[in-house]
Amino acid sequence: MHKILGLLLLSLLLAPDVRAETPEIPLVIKDHRFEPATVKVPANTKVMLVVENRDATPEEFESHDLHREKVIAGGKTAKIRVGPLKPGTYKFFGEFHQDTAQGVVVVE
Amino acid sequence: MLSALIIVFREVLEAALVIGIVCAATRGVRGRGVMVTLGVGAGIVGASLVALGAERIAELAAGMGQELFNAAILLTVVVMLGAHILWMSRHGEALARDAGRAGESVRTGQKPPRILAALVGLAVLREGSEVVLFLYGIAASGVTAAAMFAGSAAGIVLGALVGFALYSGLLTIPSRHLFAVSSALLILLAAGMAGQAAKFLIQADYLPPLGYLWDSSWLIRNDSVVGTVLATLVGYEAEPAGTQVLFYLAVIGVLVGGTWCVQRTRRAPAHP
Repeated sequence: MHKILGLLLLSLLLAPDVRAETPEIPLVIKDHRFEPATVKVPANTKVMLVVENRDATPEEFESHDLHREKVIAGGKTAKIRVGPLKPGTYKFFGEFHQDTAQGVVVVE
Repeated sequence: MLSALIIVFREVLEAALVIGIVCAATRGVRGRGVMVTLGVGAGIVGASLVALGAERIAELAAGMGQELFNAAILLTVVVMLGAHILWMSRHGEALARDAGRAGESVRTGQKPPRILAALVGLAVLREGSEVVLFLYGIAASGVTAAAMFAGSAAGIVLGALVGFALYSGLLTIPSRHLFAVSSALLILLAAGMAGQAAKFLIQADYLPPLGYLWDSSWLIRNDSVVGTVLATLVGYEAEPAGTQVLFYLAVIGVLVGGTWCVQRTRRAPAHP
């Protein structure tokens, strides 16, 4: 229990410094597709995916590989923190339009 | 239409399962129906408000508002469930006795905890806000709206039916066992929600994941119907983070220990 509290406090204390330097990677949802559909991300680094939904409809950015899911309202932008990641490919998709909204994060 | 059905069904299902278990757990408590109905009503209103304010919420905490909001609601529900479980363990025997008397009005004199309405309300609010947002999106797109709305309506009905089926199933358990069974179910429910809260805090980068322990998505995927039911009932997660498992186990430990302590102190005076 003390360990969890300790980790919680530690992460809260460390968080602002780490966040200030997080590089942002832009991503656009348009016509229920991701642009670009392939995003390159440096290995072992925390990055911020900034996803702009240019459709009128909401979308849920979801990735089992990245352990992320986040609803983005129509016409809005959402920030999604990922990493640090090991090199490899990580699939993501839009849950509300899975047939078209598919993408992949390539970590190298 | 099918995708609308599945998306809405999954959200409604989670709230319906929570309500089903809570209702079964409080069988025989006077005024419970009113409390649950109030909770559902307030939850739907709340869900609409949250959906309206979704973008404001999302912008809070440097873009991590959605995650923190979800984690806060989940942790509040966990605390309320915990309080409710301890309340039940204190009054459970009287409730079980009275519930067994068919046709006779309940005379335990225990007022249903107001926490019940708040608990149901928050569960509906959390799951409902995504449904509202999704339905709003359909309305905004206009093109295939009719079929999508039909699918969504079917999803709501199906979700409610499964919740009701669980409730009915639980009621077939003899009342002297019902409270033990429903307490156990509520503890697992609370533990699963604590795990989900941890997942949101990890996503917001407020907590480290502490590694991912296993991957059973080849067997049951998170987004399958079975996965959703198990996620709600027992906190199933195909690829859980270490922190999630810690939260899960901590809640089980606290609530099982708490129930044991309450029952022990309650029985103590009877055996001097």
